[in-house]
Amino acid sequence: MNFEEHAAKPLLKAAGITVPESRLARTADETAEAARDLGAVVVKAQAPAGKRGKAGGIKTADSPEEAKAAAEKILRLEIAGHAVEKVLVEERSDIKREFYAAVLNDPATKGPLVMFSTEGGMDIEDVAEKTPGAIQQAKVDIRQGFGPQDAQEMLEGLDLGGARDGIADVLVKLYDAYRANDAELLEINPLVVTASGAVVALDCKFVIDDSAIKRHRELAATGTPDKLTELEARGEEAGIKYIELDGDVGVLANGAGLTMTTMDVIRHHGGRPANFCEIGGEAYTKAKPALEMVLDKPGIKSLVVNFCGAFARCEVMMDGLLNAWDEISPDLPVFFSVAGTGDEEAIKMLKDRLGADPLSDMDAACKAAVDAAQEEAKGGNGG
Amino acid sequence: MIIVRRQHRVLIQGITGKQGTFWTERMQEYGTNVVGGVNPKKAGTTHCGVPVYASAVEAMKETSFDVSVLFIPPLGVKDAALDAIEAGARNICILTEYIPVQDVMYIMAAQGAETDITGPNTAGSVTVGEGFMGFMPAFNERIFNHGTVGVISRSGSLGTLMCQNIVSAGFGQSAFLGIGGDPIIGTTTREALEALDNDEGTEAVVIVGEIGGAMEEEAAEYAAGMDKPVIAFIAGGAAPVGKKMGHAGAIVVGNRGTYESKQKALQAAGVTVLATPSDVGGALKERLGS
Repeated sequence: MNFEEHAAKPLLKAAGITVPESRLARTADETAEAARDLGAVVVKAQAPAGKRGKAGGIKTADSPEEAKAAAEKILRLEIAGHAVEKVLVEERSDIKREFYAAVLNDPATKGPLVMFSTEGGMDIEDVAEKTPGAIQQAKVDIRQGFGPQDAQEMLEGLDLGGARDGIADVLVKLYDAYRANDAELLEINPLVVTASGAVVALDCKFVIDDSAIKRHRELAATGTPDKLTELEARGEEAGIKYIELDGDVGVLANGAGLTMTTMDVIRHHGGRPANFCEIGGEAYTKAKPALEMVLDKPGIKSLVVNFCGAFARCEVMMDGLLNAWDEISPDLPVFFSVAGTGDEEAIKMLKDRLGADPLSDMDAACKAAVDAAQEEAKGGNGG
Repeated sequence: MIIVRRQHRVLIQGITGKQGTFWTERMQEYGTNVVGGVNPKKAGTTHCGVPVYASAVEAMKETSFDVSVLFIPPLGVKDAALDAIEAGARNICILTEYIPVQDVMYIMAAQGAETDITGPNTAGSVTVGEGFMGFMPAFNERIFNHGTVGVISRSGSLGTLMCQNIVSAGFGQSAFLGIGGDPIIGTTTREALEALDNDEGTEAVVIVGEIGGAMEEEAAEYAAGMDKPVIAFIAGGAAPVGKKMGHAGAIVVGNRGTYESKQKALQAAGVTVLATPSDVGGALKERLGS
């Protein structure tokens, strides 16, 4: 889950990293009021996505009037699909130099990675492409942690003026905040040195590891959940992984790999999947709410049910599905592929209760569903 | 990575839970040599016909074991795995999904040279006719039949489907190695491929991969030097960019981890890349010449 700047910066502050004085404002008037207290400010759109500057979401203001005018513009913006509803009004810093600092989970080394660059204020992806030599990286043994010595080693040989110790201190504290909050990514860009020599975090990006939210409930409440469609939100509520897509062939399967493959095979046969919906793992008892969700997608013309039981047992999934089927009595063609743990029982159930047989394999089921959807579409167009 | 054999002594951490009990019984029926279980609250009792110990360290003192299988909820996995590492397990099979990533990294850092970690978020592994670990339908003969095809899979469900297709095409498996769908896992596709390359009972390998990460590309480098034929299917070609497709590891960021990148690397290494899992039988016939 992503956190907006105003929700991420308190983590830095709590770790002992200096951040500018700021206020959160929801209206232009609140912005003007904050600027009266803070003096020269920067007004920053709050959105859970980057590139706010390019989108016109960051403006400087020397007076409350200017701040008000800036907020009026920014609060009308939409950034990466998110309507801007809040601005952070922040005391302006006298910037001498800009750096980049981050700690993240690195799949390649299977451990934390501390990153630092003297090229601050730009997208780190761009820096990595243009001047990869400007990025310092330190692999961390998570059992040992990252201490002052490690930070000094990482910064060795870099021209940092008198800010070396201040920056080293920030890196150590940033690592501690990353650990304490189960961050997937904790980034300061830019980390600046001011005219008075202070090292200050001007921005902060924080992504929490979704699997760790269960031990950070209070913190997670200040995050910005992914933007979900109505159906996707229903899936999340019910503990079912559901992603809405733009096609017309519904998909209900168990396990991420199998569900993805069902979508691939539908594509392979010239169809378009309407959704990703899987009831594998602990969700294998949830066939009923899953079916309801899949069927509620507007424009769905046929359905593939693909069960391949390992941990998820076919007979449990089939029973749930058939219960839901009886209740909803949907009027659309459905094609089954059933294999794995509990398949015999599930196939018998399907025959007894729906009078249907599974197709020979998932390709046959997907192809039949694609054909049926195309048939349906033609029929619809012809009146 | 070890391929589980009949003589391997297996410990089940979390043996007394509902899933732990159900799958321990299936493993025992199949022939897996389960020598004990762990539950600190039930130490000294017997469950599924084997003794329950307070910890893996205790279990190692009382009865040696090679492999530990964890049926443990996400927030308990770190402690359980560290216990198994301290005990000196050769392999730890972590089935659990949604373990905090920093806990996983801690386990990986602690594992040492003597211990292999399989998973997290794996369905386990099967050595046909010898034993299985985790929750794979090893006992279903339409899915697992003795043969010479080794299977590596990030996904349990899709791996199961692939195994069924292999059997219905008239082939059988030597071993199924589930490696897990998380972004950070112990045994990689490449390491599993190496294990099957060195396995005498394996004549061909089927890799069931997914979009995301770089494991299939790394495996391709190894496959290029293999004599045994390798066949692969990569799931997620139709997945939208930037969305996690169920598995936390299955996400395409920018142009990293894409279907095309994996397909290209594998094909360049002489690997047959399947358009759909149903094509596996034909590909095996072609590559093995049956």
